[in-house]
Amino acid sequence: MNLDAFWIILTGALVAVSCSLLGCFLILRRMAMVGDAISHAVLPGIVLAFLFSGSREVWTMLIGAAALGVACTFLIEFFHKKANVPADASIGVTFTWLFALGIILISVYAGKVDLDQDCVLYGEIAYVPLDIWLTEAGMNLGPRTVWVLGGVLVILLVFISLFYKQLYLTSFDPAFAAAIGISTSLWYYLLMGAVSLTTVAAFESVGAILVVALMVGPPATAYLLTDDLRKMLVISVGCGIIASAAGFYLALWLNGSVAGAISVIIGVQFMLAFVFSPSHGLVARRRRPAVLAEA
Amino acid sequence: MIQHVTNPVLEVHDLTVSYQRKPVLWDVDLTLPHEALVGIIGPNGAGKSTLIKAIMGLLPLNSGYVELFGKPMAEVRQKVSYVPQRESVDWDFPASALDVAMMGTYGQLGLFRRPGAKQRHQAMEALEKVGMQDFANRQISQLSGGQQQRVFLARALAQDADLYLMDEPFAGVDIATETAIIELLRLMRDAGKTVVVVHHDLQSAQDYFDWIILLNMRLVASGPTNETLTPALLEKTYGGRLTELSRVSELLQKQNFPIRETKPSRK
Repeated sequence: MNLDAFWIILTGALVAVSCSLLGCFLILRRMAMVGDAISHAVLPGIVLAFLFSGSREVWTMLIGAAALGVACTFLIEFFHKKANVPADASIGVTFTWLFALGIILISVYAGKVDLDQDCVLYGEIAYVPLDIWLTEAGMNLGPRTVWVLGGVLVILLVFISLFYKQLYLTSFDPAFAAAIGISTSLWYYLLMGAVSLTTVAAFESVGAILVVALMVGPPATAYLLTDDLRKMLVISVGCGIIASAAGFYLALWLNGSVAGAISVIIGVQFMLAFVFSPSHGLVARRRRPAVLAEA
Repeated sequence: MIQHVTNPVLEVHDLTVSYQRKPVLWDVDLTLPHEALVGIIGPNGAGKSTLIKAIMGLLPLNSGYVELFGKPMAEVRQKVSYVPQRESVDWDFPASALDVAMMGTYGQLGLFRRPGAKQRHQAMEALEKVGMQDFANRQISQLSGGQQQRVFLARALAQDADLYLMDEPFAGVDIATETAIIELLRLMRDAGKTVVVVHHDLQSAQDYFDWIILLNMRLVASGPTNETLTPALLEKTYGGRLTELSRVSELLQKQNFPIRETKPSRK
């Protein structure tokens, strides 16, 4: 394995771990598509950041994207709570509108903006090793993206391990959580903030589509394999890491897109779990109809 | 017939609550005594669940206030426990019966502490009280409706509160479970707790509760059972709803025939 392959797989794995950890909580809240929403809604933020700052410097872009990502989750919750729109419809209406706004901004300022929606949606994980972080002294610290994503992952791990019980309870029974004094909206926004942070840090290198695939696929696979949230988190992290490594070699073998290959592996994992899961799988259900009837 | 008590465990003062400008509770004013089993009775849509949620501070109040143990809710959260309707949560959630019971201890843990051996012990004790200790590690979707309800009760017990507010704990449970639950509630009352229960069955209400709240958007009555479960007051509560009215008269004729208002099940 050469160094470039190592960096690409490491990047994929870092994104996979962050996304699948958050994805577990999202799918249990029936808000799996929030990752999709945020990754699209960041487009106008990036364009606006570019128009105001005039530079394509990474940090201005990320700040613009993060601002819109958080705004998107606020809008989703606002429409859902205040206007009683179902959560999925609220997600759909918010992000399509914001993404469209971004496209209009790009097309109006087409002459001034050296950007297009494709780079937001697809990204290119294979280019990760090109953007190397060199210190003043000229030391090679590896790709910049790896450091950004590593930092995000550390923040997420601290967040989830410190506040596991709050995230767990507000996902399962918001009314009871509120009754014992755990604010459901506070934890909703903290979780959504974490999703925004992860999405924004990840989409630049791996693209929005892969972020969505990693946020929904591995958690959905893990959901079929266990009945315990802790195990679900671990299994989904494992699935994510396997998918990013296997996806890289599949792409290498096919000489195709890495992000596409990773998403395909995620799909294959889900199908395998769907058919062979010991508790929820098709095979197990065929074999034990009596047990199912009892449950 | 609204009877007030001195030094109440719960005081609801001039409470009005509405959903999107449509009032659901109108000017409810009541006090509840210590060591009592209280039933909230009324037709569907009377605002029974809303009253409990408003007391727990889960809904914005249009007017009035609620005091528990003479203090606002925020100061006495630890002493008050809430049992939501069973259908309000997703029972396919990856959690075991013990996990759910343990949630009752989260309130005492504060922001950072994680549940440990002590909390696990508390949760196991609570599961034992409801007879669910053998199912502690069972995933919650594999429990029957009555068992799920008992897990919810265990969670409230693990909280070790002084006032319990329960939203239809008898909905969808079989008669054996119902008897077991009411026995448990009686033990809790005898231990000095106050238990408030939203209830549907008029017949059993007579035997179960020592204090009855009759509710139909407005408060019709609040007082000791023998003074509140009278034909006149029941007619006032269920009046205007023909089916309920006939059921009430039926009840008064055949005192021994249990009448159950069945709710359509969601799943």
